[in-house]
Amino acid sequence: MSWSGEVAIVGAFESPRRKAPGMHPFEIQAECVLGALDDAGLSLGEVDGFCTSASSAGEGGGWMDVCEVPEYLGIEPTFVDGTDTGGAAPIAQAGHAASAIAAGQAEVVVVSSAGCAYSGGGDFDTLPPAWGPLAYEAPYGFTTVAAYALAAQRHMCEFGTTSEQLAAIAVQCRSNAAGNPDARYREAMTVDDVLASPMIAEPLHRNDCCVVTDSGGAVVLVGKDRARDVRKDPVWLLGFGEAVGQMRMSQMRSFTETPGAVSGARAMAMAGVEPSGIDCAQLYDSFTITALLALEDLGFCARGEGGAFAESGAIAPGGSVPINTDGGGLSSNHPGRRGVFALIEGVRQLRGDGPGVQLSDPRTALCHGCGGQLSATATMILGV
Amino acid sequence: MASEVREATKPVPLEDDLSRPFREAALEGGLLIQRCRSCGSHQFYPRRHCVTCFARDPQWVEASGAARLHTFSVVRRTADRAFADDVPYVFAVVELAEGPRMTVNVVDTPLDELRCDMPMRIVFSRQADDLVLPNAAAAGPS
Repeated sequence: MSWSGEVAIVGAFESPRRKAPGMHPFEIQAECVLGALDDAGLSLGEVDGFCTSASSAGEGGGWMDVCEVPEYLGIEPTFVDGTDTGGAAPIAQAGHAASAIAAGQAEVVVVSSAGCAYSGGGDFDTLPPAWGPLAYEAPYGFTTVAAYALAAQRHMCEFGTTSEQLAAIAVQCRSNAAGNPDARYREAMTVDDVLASPMIAEPLHRNDCCVVTDSGGAVVLVGKDRARDVRKDPVWLLGFGEAVGQMRMSQMRSFTETPGAVSGARAMAMAGVEPSGIDCAQLYDSFTITALLALEDLGFCARGEGGAFAESGAIAPGGSVPINTDGGGLSSNHPGRRGVFALIEGVRQLRGDGPGVQLSDPRTALCHGCGGQLSATATMILGV
Repeated sequence: MASEVREATKPVPLEDDLSRPFREAALEGGLLIQRCRSCGSHQFYPRRHCVTCFARDPQWVEASGAARLHTFSVVRRTADRAFADDVPYVFAVVELAEGPRMTVNVVDTPLDELRCDMPMRIVFSRQADDLVLPNAAAAGPS
């Protein structure tokens, strides 16, 4: 049974915080949960489903957070989902929540995520003991940037993609962030600025990398019946797909195709739309290469042509698929995992209150998360 | 009391029954990978089943040591203090002639000569008395 069009996001809230020294991530998460419920006109007491996950102390836990955070909030949910697919998790959880709502297992579900990557997240690259599969990677100086750099390097080798083309994605996000009062960085940036920023792990420069913030966000989902009596017009979930590939780079089937090719196709099939029917795409942009691969995986351009496509203006407002209209992770907000912000910005665009660039009357938004090292993706298509 | 400052040490692979043949071979300068007794596929890292056909109990075989540099990154900055003194170092994935890919550092190779798909050979870097890691170096003119 498909729940396409049967479940809606009726509340969304992104923390305006970007630096929150002295705060525990649960404080931010509670702020976001209450903010999203206020947006919907619902109360915490009405929440019977809750979804969150964490995988580090910088995200406030990593150990049974789907029990920790409800305790912190003071609720006792009867549906929970702590699926941990990294940055894709909030979108995956929203899909699972929709299934639960459609099946009558839950009525009001909150999907929430917060982290203090800026102030408290020094452990993001600290690996657990090198036992099992990790024993064959950890001794070699893995860093998150280096992992994504492997994909960028291979894309350059196979398709002739250039650093300038990758930089075009960061420049577009910065341009979109200019009008977003909460964005971490808003000042103008050029391709040359990206190329002049320090090299972190070749071929990725500092400004090919997302910002590092303390922040969070939450969305509220309900079924069709409850959606009628909330404060704002519902934003409908039309299609969902998720896919898991490989956890570590050495095991990736391809360095130039991610599980997004699968999750995107599944989401579009469920929604009954083609890439050309998507009015805006909120793409995971932990790094410029992450967004470039998503453009190809989701079918917005042909395999290998992501670089030229990004440079062409197609991803700008007014282009064939405007991306990351709030500035994305590259300029606005990235507290360690940012899938929830893709959902929130999708909702804002469809409501007409995007804080960065507001597109003219978009009817569909694609929200795409990618977690781990291109390990897992989740794709949600929203519509009004 | 001031918070404890932990010494930055590189992760040491924890040996177990499955990894022991691989680790012991590396000490002697050999690279062991697995080959499926049923479908003949090679795989790395080791498991107790074949990830291609799912047959159980793949056998250890010695790899030729020939490889190609599938992709690489010259790491210029790291927040990991254990590796901070090593920059620039090359974090890479090589594709063994037998098929499987493995994570390595590229050593003894000028950084400006690195190219995807260039021929490599597996070399062995001693980290401690009881730990030798397989790495890769340019195969050189053939």
